[in-house]
Amino acid sequence: MPIRPILSALLRNKTGAVLLVLQIAITMAVIVNAAFIVSQRLAKMNRDPGFDVPNMIAFQSWGFGADYNHEVAVKEDTDYLASLPGVLGVTTTASLPLSNSGSANTFAATGEEFDEAGADTPEIVANTYVMNEQVLDALGVELVAGRTFYPEEVSYRTPQHSSFAPSVIMTRDLAIETYGTEDALGKTLYDGLGNPAEVVGIIENMQGAWVDWDDLTHVLLMPGIAAGPFLRYIVRVEPGRRDEVMRVIEETLPARNSERMIRRIQPFTEIVARSYRRDHSMTILLIATVIMLVSITSLGIIGLASFAVRQRTKQIGTRRAIGATRRDILGYFMVENWLVTTGGVLLGALLTVAVNMWLVDAYSLEKLDWAYIPAGVLILWVLGQLAVLVPAIRASGIAPAIATRTV
Amino acid sequence: MFLYNLRLAIKSIRRNLSLSVLMVAAIGIGIGACMTVVTVYYMMSGDPIPHKSDRLFAVQLNNWEAPGPFDQDRPERLPELLTYQDAMNLMESDIPTRKLAMHASGLTLDPANPDINPMLTTTLFTTTDFFAMFDLPFQYGGAWDESADSSAAEVAVISRSLNETVFGGENSVGERISLDNREFLIIGVLDHWEPVPRFYSAHNNAFGETDDAFIPLSVNATWEKQNFGNTNCWGDSPIDSYAAFLGSECVWIEYWVELDTAAQQDRYLSYLAAYISEQKRLGRFPIADASAEIHDVNDWLVYNEVVNPDFRVLLGLAIMFLVVCLINTVALLLAKFSANAPRVGLRRALGASKATIFKQNLVEVGLIGLGGGMLGLLLARLGLQGVKAVNLGQYDQLVRMDQTLVIAALLVSVVAALIAGLYPTWRICQVPPATYLKTQ
Repeated sequence: MPIRPILSALLRNKTGAVLLVLQIAITMAVIVNAAFIVSQRLAKMNRDPGFDVPNMIAFQSWGFGADYNHEVAVKEDTDYLASLPGVLGVTTTASLPLSNSGSANTFAATGEEFDEAGADTPEIVANTYVMNEQVLDALGVELVAGRTFYPEEVSYRTPQHSSFAPSVIMTRDLAIETYGTEDALGKTLYDGLGNPAEVVGIIENMQGAWVDWDDLTHVLLMPGIAAGPFLRYIVRVEPGRRDEVMRVIEETLPARNSERMIRRIQPFTEIVARSYRRDHSMTILLIATVIMLVSITSLGIIGLASFAVRQRTKQIGTRRAIGATRRDILGYFMVENWLVTTGGVLLGALLTVAVNMWLVDAYSLEKLDWAYIPAGVLILWVLGQLAVLVPAIRASGIAPAIATRTV
Repeated sequence: MFLYNLRLAIKSIRRNLSLSVLMVAAIGIGIGACMTVVTVYYMMSGDPIPHKSDRLFAVQLNNWEAPGPFDQDRPERLPELLTYQDAMNLMESDIPTRKLAMHASGLTLDPANPDINPMLTTTLFTTTDFFAMFDLPFQYGGAWDESADSSAAEVAVISRSLNETVFGGENSVGERISLDNREFLIIGVLDHWEPVPRFYSAHNNAFGETDDAFIPLSVNATWEKQNFGNTNCWGDSPIDSYAAFLGSECVWIEYWVELDTAAQQDRYLSYLAAYISEQKRLGRFPIADASAEIHDVNDWLVYNEVVNPDFRVLLGLAIMFLVVCLINTVALLLAKFSANAPRVGLRRALGASKATIFKQNLVEVGLIGLGGGMLGLLLARLGLQGVKAVNLGQYDQLVRMDQTLVIAALLVSVVAALIAGLYPTWRICQVPPATYLKTQ
């Protein structure tokens, strides 16, 4: 297929070609950047939480009655929940992992700094949870070394207290961050006031509270029961029995004690989805943008090509009459489109990088993975060819006899 | 003349119906996508209290410890909230026209009516000026006064929706409600009040629902209800009791002042500086250049990054999208008008001036723009429903279009279409009549 005549024909209608080049370039810049953001958000949402999200249930308990006895209520509720068929573990907690809400405290690997006033203490920030001895079963986290809490280590904690904890369990990442090694069993951790606690367990990494936090896996578990009257429960069940157990809890638990209110009984998956809703909605909105943009650009190409075919009906007929095959005509439009698209993607590649630089600069998004650019080029080539195909086929179907007719 | 042009335009649109439909669709989808994002963005970055947003200030004091800044990543930032002791001390100042301290809690409401289940109420512990300062509308009754603050009176102002749930919307002033097993006398019922964004609590949940009940902050000095919002602490003195917590360096109280004049603002800033020096003498505010800052409402919303940056990215992409749609329209119009060239040539030969042709074609373009704009509005409506659906309730208050937006959308689409149509229209006017007469 000789390109030169096609090119010179294109140059005769420069404006039209330039407009299409621009349109394709901007389309490419938007869809490549959107696709890149989407892939990053999907990767973020698909990180391994490290605990058994699909088989967990959470709810809140608010004590309010005049005769509410927190310790009795918690003990009865915990025991009752643990006795339900299908339940693997129950723990109380003040906040839930992956809920975008929780506590963080600073810790240190050595207690010495606390003796010297103003010493530059190397502080470790960890997301903390106060849970009972069933914690590992209730979360479904994997113990790498050590043990879970002893029941006698689990005591009631008032909101204002200055004691640390008799023992702590930490994730591997937190152990490495604190001690430089995951072999931290038996080591001592110091809280912000210099109180020590022994590391009795190391668990596989689990995610903490805030999905946008860089140190999401720096999780520290402490034995205890949050002081009332408000606390949350986490119930983990055998796979496949979540909804059934949830129904039982809904139907039986609230009535067992009228001095406290049970609220928001929900599958843990909902809590996690809520935390990721920004990412989730961004993903959907971007995908919608890409789909609409691709359709608009394709429709534009189809519209322009169809129009050109109609305008050039007579010339096409003439070309056919003097010996051009159907393939020649089809090829003409395909090559024409390919030339314009190529111009578009070349400019588009530059624009894509420029848009990405703006995003990196202004919103500290990640730098574009270069492989997305050739992928974008390929997609727009295919898209352009597909869009032009129908009008081109129609053009190739124009009978040579048309040439003999007057308009 | 206009009607004649209109008739011509309609004729021309019908002559190339599919192309015209394509143009309307392109503008419509572009405007629709753009308006969807703009609406959310506009509401998100809106001024929640326009008539006095430049007179209301959030107060910040840097009581943080020496080695590390409050925000490790952005050391220039001060804590957003105050310690209880600082809030109480600042209440002594007479410089602000009004002032308030507050924090939120969750309390369980036990309705007297046995048919209604106990429910959680988000309750704001605050001071008397809250209502006048933020212009809260009352349906029944009114706010408490300073004596209620000083005597820690057990009184409550409740929201309209809570009043509807518990009292069926009747005037409940004088009734009592039981919150966490303590009886409060209702002295006021609010009317509908829902600032978007919720500028107070901007640091925490700027698009949450308005609170259900309001109670004097002084009540909680002895009631010891836990703070619902953020609490950040430093210091190495143990906090073993609620009293110790109140006297600690924990920041958890939000503090606002109303300063009506620039002079008042200056005086207040010097007052804050003096306060910090005084506290330094007492051994507090360890940072050498510990400072105070005040931010007015709009500043405060920016400071707290209330606008989800994702929507800025989306806004940029949506604008590029609209540009694509317009380029698309220009290309289609060019093609369409070039097909019209022989007809224009004929008209020109018969005596139509360039200006007449220009006007004629512009009417057609304007019509396409209007069609596109209306389609765009329809699509934006759908788009907003979509945003609402995928946001799982987070931005429900944001997905509303007001009149300004509707008019803006129509205007933008017509103007955009006219701009897009200018070049093709100009081109067609350049048609030399003779060329096309010859080919006929």
